[in-house]
Amino acid sequence: MTAVLSARKLNKRFGAVVAADDLSLDIAAGQKVSLIGANGAGKTTFVNLATGYLKPDSGSIALDGTDIGRRSPRSVARLGISRSFQIPQLFVDLTAVENLAVAIAGARSEALSLRAPAEAGGRREQAVEFLDRFGLAGQADRPIFELAGGVRKLVDIAMALARRPKLLLLDEPTSGVSAEEKFATMDRVIHAVAPDAATIVFVEHDMEIVSRYADRVVAFYSGRIIADGAPGSVLGDPDVRRYVTGGLR
Amino acid sequence: MQRRFHPLVLIVPVIAAALLGRLLPTWTLSLATVAASNALVALGIVILARTGNVSFGQGLFFAAGGYGVALVANASGLTDAVAQMLIGGIASGLLGLLIGPLIARYSGIFFGMLTLALSMVFYGALLKSSALGGSDGFNVGRPTLFGMVFADPREADFMLYAVAVATTGLAGIAAAILFRSEFGLVSLAVRENNLRVEYLGLSANRVIAVNFAIAATFAGASGAFALMAQRHIDPQFAYWTTSGEFVFIAVLAGYQSVAAVYVASLALELVRSFSNLYLPNTWQLVLGIFLLAVILFLPRGIGSLWAGSARKSAEPAAATPAADGGGVP
Amino acid sequence: MNLLLTIVLDGLIEASWLFVVALGLTLVFGVLKILNIAHGSFYALGAYVAASVVTTTAAHHLPPAIGFVAMLLSVALVAAAIGALLERGLLKMFYGRDEVVLLLVTYAVFLILEDVTKLIWGVNPIYATQPYELFGNVDVAGLSYVGYDLMLIPVAAAIGLAVWFGLNRTVLGKIVLAVIHNEEMSVSMGVRVNRVYAAAFAFGVLLAAIAGALTAPKISMQPGLSSDVIILSFAIVVIGGLGSVEGAAVGAVLVGLARAAAVHLMPEVELFMIYLIMAAVLMVRPEGLFKRETARRI
Repeated sequence: MTAVLSARKLNKRFGAVVAADDLSLDIAAGQKVSLIGANGAGKTTFVNLATGYLKPDSGSIALDGTDIGRRSPRSVARLGISRSFQIPQLFVDLTAVENLAVAIAGARSEALSLRAPAEAGGRREQAVEFLDRFGLAGQADRPIFELAGGVRKLVDIAMALARRPKLLLLDEPTSGVSAEEKFATMDRVIHAVAPDAATIVFVEHDMEIVSRYADRVVAFYSGRIIADGAPGSVLGDPDVRRYVTGGLR
Repeated sequence: MQRRFHPLVLIVPVIAAALLGRLLPTWTLSLATVAASNALVALGIVILARTGNVSFGQGLFFAAGGYGVALVANASGLTDAVAQMLIGGIASGLLGLLIGPLIARYSGIFFGMLTLALSMVFYGALLKSSALGGSDGFNVGRPTLFGMVFADPREADFMLYAVAVATTGLAGIAAAILFRSEFGLVSLAVRENNLRVEYLGLSANRVIAVNFAIAATFAGASGAFALMAQRHIDPQFAYWTTSGEFVFIAVLAGYQSVAAVYVASLALELVRSFSNLYLPNTWQLVLGIFLLAVILFLPRGIGSLWAGSARKSAEPAAATPAADGGGVP
Repeated sequence: MNLLLTIVLDGLIEASWLFVVALGLTLVFGVLKILNIAHGSFYALGAYVAASVVTTTAAHHLPPAIGFVAMLLSVALVAAAIGALLERGLLKMFYGRDEVVLLLVTYAVFLILEDVTKLIWGVNPIYATQPYELFGNVDVAGLSYVGYDLMLIPVAAAIGLAVWFGLNRTVLGKIVLAVIHNEEMSVSMGVRVNRVYAAAFAFGVLLAAIAGALTAPKISMQPGLSSDVIILSFAIVVIGGLGSVEGAAVGAVLVGLARAAAVHLMPEVELFMIYLIMAAVLMVRPEGLFKRETARRI
């Protein structure tokens, strides 16, 4: 198995809170992995460690063999990890297309042009194409502040895609989406990302989404992994029931 | 903010404005020269403000440009106006390239305070420096242009006016192109959410540093003009109230329209001249009230009167919008 | 040895009035989160009003002591009144908007007050030296000091202690601290934050004005006073930490001593060194030397 992301004995504390406790995890190329766990269990900390937002106290984490534990978010992004955010991180005053244009600008290796507009040279078409995958082509020229939360979520994910990353991390992609829309949204997301992101890791609280879309589930508790395997077996695990899913949904 | 024409077309009106000086009376000429020169600094502030960082210390580059040119002029006998403008701009631009990366990582209010502190450090050094004339500063000779000497003050004033207007006009055109460019869009993105910019693989600090260097260059060139107009330089160029005036113009103009910067700068000079004429010691009073009125009724600056953009932000260029729902993870 | 003593005393005298001004500025920032550019204008206002009162009492042949007391009282009244009016009448209109907006508003107020002062008192320097002789001359280890100058030290210390005590040991003070730390929570606990704002602002500018009044007998009052004072007190507040009373004290002493040392040892660096320290503090420890502990927000 070729591991795209490889974490070894990651440790991270915030004062008395242990967010990562000797955490080791391998994610193979092509997998769709879901991270589950109660609030504070360490899922988001793991995502932050994997994207350079946090540095581990000890242990290592590597992408395709390259160590990323000490790198900045920018450096990690350039190496091939992209993420979307639980609360969409967008450029609110700009239009959807402009948001994507910035993402595309970041994905290019050339320096930013001081003359040519961001949407020149076919980049507007690229941006619209990304939006179209999420059914948002019609919203392209509307500023973000006019768009609803669910739409903003999708734009946020679209931006993460612009780099065509080796590994895409989605932080609660369906949170904030109404119950009836969840499957449709997730369908759309998986379809949209598939051509450009081979490996997907998504943090989720909705177990129906998890069982339907993940081929592997990793359960967190107190900074440790308490279960790891196919959705059926993990969701049925007594520890997981006790610490993660029991009482929820 | 889509224009239907390319900013380069504006070279024509710029040249026209420069030639217009032939017809203007002398007092208007000097007023317009000062306005053009101030607008140049303010333009730099607006360019930088689009990244969410306001410099309260452009006096540093204004003075550096002025003193740099003055020293070169007195040492080498250089008097060409265009050369002086270029030296001022380049000297300050280099200084800006040096300082920018050091302070780019500071956000909002701390960035502003740092620029202020640095300009006051320079002021303090200049004030006590006997070699540079201390608080009195020193004088320089009349500028020339491409070898032509202008003995007649009217001709000299017109020459300076023309060079100042042409320079500021070209800078404005360059700014308009910059605003529409990819770099300009990313600058706006940095203002909105610099963390996301980093996550997209771009360096927010580098974007800020480049904008900062551009602002420094403009301020330095303007310092050269101020020097040529007054034929004198002193530490006041670096004082915080000088920097404050430039910020005032930028705030008045807003951050959406380059033309608004000229309008705002002209308005400042007109108010200053006319209130001094009718009621001495009231121009600051009038400006203060004017500023309050703009903040209240035109929060996006004069430019919002015609820029007509749907941009939601109701705050002046300086404001950084609060992150939606708080920080990241 | 004499040089050292001179520097220390000169420094502390300088630090005294600087502290009172900086204290006002830092309090206003702490409570209202406003960086009041017009703060120096209130210092100048205090100095000018003091000068007028002193000149008037002297013209009526009242003893200098009366003039001194009268000056302090009238300055306090005028400053508090104008401060309260300004806060309730103008600043309030801009609350809730970005911090830079309020900065620009106070800058506008600074511009306005500059000219108002010129219009009332003219542009020529004004003096009011009568109170300066009130305390005679004092001999300190062979050095002769003006009693008035030395008096400033315990006065400033007393003001500092009073404010510290007021904030930390009285109920009213705790309410103010609550607003400083967490305004939202204070509002939901029933604190009349509007009143705290008005009172804090009025008190803050009152301090600036009192400092102006206290120094009036030693200086000449002329245009430019406010712009010099605001930038200096701003540097102190940044060094000490925005919103910190202890920071204002430490910052003032640091700046006062640095100035005194520079004046006696190396005059060229006097000004720029202070701003260099300010820049250094901003780069290395932006919260200032005395970080105000902010509560963790969930």
